[in-house]
Amino acid sequence: MTTTPDSIEQLTTQEYKYGFVTDIEADVAPPGLNEDIVRLISHKKQEPAFMLEWRLKAFRHWLTMREPTWANVHYPAIDYQAASYYSAPRQKKKLNSLDEVDPELRSTFEKLGISLEEQKRLSGVAVDAVFDSVSVATTFQAELAKVGVIFCPFSEAVREHPELVQKYLGSVVPSTDNFFAALNSAVFSDGSFCYIPKGVRCPMELSTYFRINSANTGQFERTLIIADEGASVSYLEGCTAPMRDENQLHAAVVELVALDGATIKYSTVQNWYPGDKDGKGGIYNFVTKRGKAMTNAKISWTQVETGSSITWKYPSCILQGDNSIGEFYSVALTNNYQQADTGTKMIHIGKNTRSTIVSKGISAGHGQNTYRGEVKILKNAVGARNYSQCDSLLMGDKCGAHTFPYIEVRNSTAQMEHEASTSKIGEDQLFYCQQRGISPEDAVSMIVNGFCREVFRELPMEFAVEAQKLLGVSLEGSVG
Amino acid sequence: MTTILDTTGALQKVVPPQNDAEPQRIATIRQQAAERFSATGLPTAWDEEWKYTSLAPLGRIDWRLSPGSVETADTQGASMRGRAAAELIFVDGHLLRSPSDISGLSGAAGVRLLSLSEALTSSEPAVERWFARLADYQRHPLTALNTALAADGAVLIVDDGEVVDGFVHLLFIGSGSDVMSHPRNLIVAGRNSQLSIVETYIGSGRYFTNSVTEIVASENAVVSHTKLVRESPDAFHIGTTQIHQERSSSVRSHQMSVGGGMVRNEVNVALMGEGASLVLEGLFVLTGREHVDNHTVIDHATPHCDSQELFKGILDQQSRGIFDGLIIVRKDAQKTNSRQVNRNLLLSENAIVDSKPTLEIHADDVKCNHGSTIGQLDEEAIFYLRARGIDEAEARSFLVDAFASEIIDRLPFEPLREWVRRGLFEQMPGRLPERREERP
Repeated sequence: MTTTPDSIEQLTTQEYKYGFVTDIEADVAPPGLNEDIVRLISHKKQEPAFMLEWRLKAFRHWLTMREPTWANVHYPAIDYQAASYYSAPRQKKKLNSLDEVDPELRSTFEKLGISLEEQKRLSGVAVDAVFDSVSVATTFQAELAKVGVIFCPFSEAVREHPELVQKYLGSVVPSTDNFFAALNSAVFSDGSFCYIPKGVRCPMELSTYFRINSANTGQFERTLIIADEGASVSYLEGCTAPMRDENQLHAAVVELVALDGATIKYSTVQNWYPGDKDGKGGIYNFVTKRGKAMTNAKISWTQVETGSSITWKYPSCILQGDNSIGEFYSVALTNNYQQADTGTKMIHIGKNTRSTIVSKGISAGHGQNTYRGEVKILKNAVGARNYSQCDSLLMGDKCGAHTFPYIEVRNSTAQMEHEASTSKIGEDQLFYCQQRGISPEDAVSMIVNGFCREVFRELPMEFAVEAQKLLGVSLEGSVG
Repeated sequence: MTTILDTTGALQKVVPPQNDAEPQRIATIRQQAAERFSATGLPTAWDEEWKYTSLAPLGRIDWRLSPGSVETADTQGASMRGRAAAELIFVDGHLLRSPSDISGLSGAAGVRLLSLSEALTSSEPAVERWFARLADYQRHPLTALNTALAADGAVLIVDDGEVVDGFVHLLFIGSGSDVMSHPRNLIVAGRNSQLSIVETYIGSGRYFTNSVTEIVASENAVVSHTKLVRESPDAFHIGTTQIHQERSSSVRSHQMSVGGGMVRNEVNVALMGEGASLVLEGLFVLTGREHVDNHTVIDHATPHCDSQELFKGILDQQSRGIFDGLIIVRKDAQKTNSRQVNRNLLLSENAIVDSKPTLEIHADDVKCNHGSTIGQLDEEAIFYLRARGIDEAEARSFLVDAFASEIIDRLPFEPLREWVRRGLFEQMPGRLPERREERP
């Protein structure tokens, strides 16, 4: 599939397309973080007692933790007491249909191009739109319910399916896992919950749109996807955020559970506000994503990271069952003063487990792009196999591309390979294209898209188109 | 005063030895280094650079410094007297006068081989200029410890345009009984000069060797450096090689480890002049519960430099091998060409290998790649050999030998190749052809 690349000059001058603030009265908790706030969040969401206990346990543990400093990113210290940890669009009553959604909210979605009705009719994608912290509308639930798929906001799942939540919440990312995961566990506001019953192939691609809105509220999403034995699901996640001067913290947690023979494919296009040309503003994106694959199960992560001023994200696979498969495909782009420290962890526990890592990093402007990946083959992982490939493309002489692979092997039958290369766009490649009448801008765009093709191929169709465009927009003028 | 840590783990203050013969500048450096180590203590697993090697067992032992009165030593056949151009033997960090032989160098006026204790009190300008200027004792605690406590070592100075035939051999022997030593060497190759230096580390019993070797390759100099490590199974060895390369210099460094309870080879190379080239190669052959950690940093600070790095590991029984290599390409270091490869062969189910080939690149017009593989012997290759009438054990040994030979064959002198090969056979009894007849 090809998209005509917009002219580079046009892109250079283009301001962040999705930068606008919706003026809705929000129900905001006072700034600061203490046990009372955690209790308040739990109370506001009418959660059962086990959730409150879980949150408090996470919060108490968080207090004992230190913010990690090993990542190759630099930012001013975050004052966790300055932010507000709860913000909900004010709602009078529970909503029964789309028509009852606040019209201003609806128009925001339309500006973003997620018209719910249209999505419903045309794309066949069920959208669980998360507006700041509370999910306001959910489509296609009835259709999904027919095959037994549960797809709902997290808070609803806590109320209506507490047994599933209690069983799986924290089973992949424990509340004490790391600094940001613990913070998320304590104060997470909402997110998506998805359960695919035994043997069911989810009839449509599931999707959710995240969007940060109210000023000074961190967004703490929590996603939990469970694919029961033999089930399969493809989940899409896309992000846009309004323009903001102050840095915003975003610490999400995503947990995937793929039981025996199940398949989960999780695709992300991340386009949070990256800050302006001088590196002012932008989102801090500190995300913990992890999946656990049981016997014969497969987990596949695909991500296109173009936004955020700082990205700290390592979608991982715990290959616990025999013959389980983990995949990670990533394109990370950093421009201007963006910093990304991203990669994956593949932990091979079961026999004959396999993993593939394909990571493409593009750095332009003053961007710093780091791939940090760990492949761990434990003692019982007989016949484990890993293939890793990390390529970096540098545009301009002020950016950086770094590769930090950690390979830890405890079993002699393991076969693992890691390869990485770093290069710039070759003069000869450009010359070849120009000789054939292709303008330098188009040639660069073509080469960059070609560089990322292995990853884009893994994305669902709609996302692949969006991703290619995003790449063009994000590179704004650093090329040629 | 000499212990690093007391048995409770609390840090004791390191006090550098008082030597009135040493100039004030050296005394100041020693004092600063001692203060630095007292402030930082031993690195822990929280330090990214020490992620895979724990120094806790080292800290639990009550180490003492040798008084330096040893007269003889068991060289375990490692002496290369007669084959090397010159040889200095150190026992527990102190120069052993009698068997040290520098006859091969006596003719050349522009070549000076001294002991560190002599050099520090002499008016040698190269010592004044380079001593403790390269290995950063502010950043590396063990370099600080060495700088503070170094008793002796070798200083080799080759003046501009001089060529040393053959190699200079430095043999360091640890004699056990909880002695720690801090050998400190300085090798300075002047402009258009050429030299070869070999460091060998052996010993028996429990001891701790913490060596630092600083190498300066001036403009157009050609330097060959080889470090051979065959420490005892109870020994601790932390050896830092700090290389400074100026314009168009060429350095080959080989880090060969064929045994040692806990060995850390730390190699830091700074390519400070355009057109400098570096070949850094290593082999580690481990068995039993041995632990070897290869930690390398190649810093491309200037454009048009070239570095080729290859480390290979063969791991048997419950041994653990680590490769942690970093290549930094600085902002203006355009046209850098760099390659970093680590290959590991696991012969036992219980062997552990950790590989961390790292690139940090800040310039765009560069060619950098790295690769790492971990695997076992290729079953198809074994089948091929067996189909030709070679029994399985022999086929395996062929393949192990071939794997190691890629590195061994590139050592610059025959005695070194012989020594490493002998170590390889002794490490892998029953795994290699020459040992076939000894198998039951």
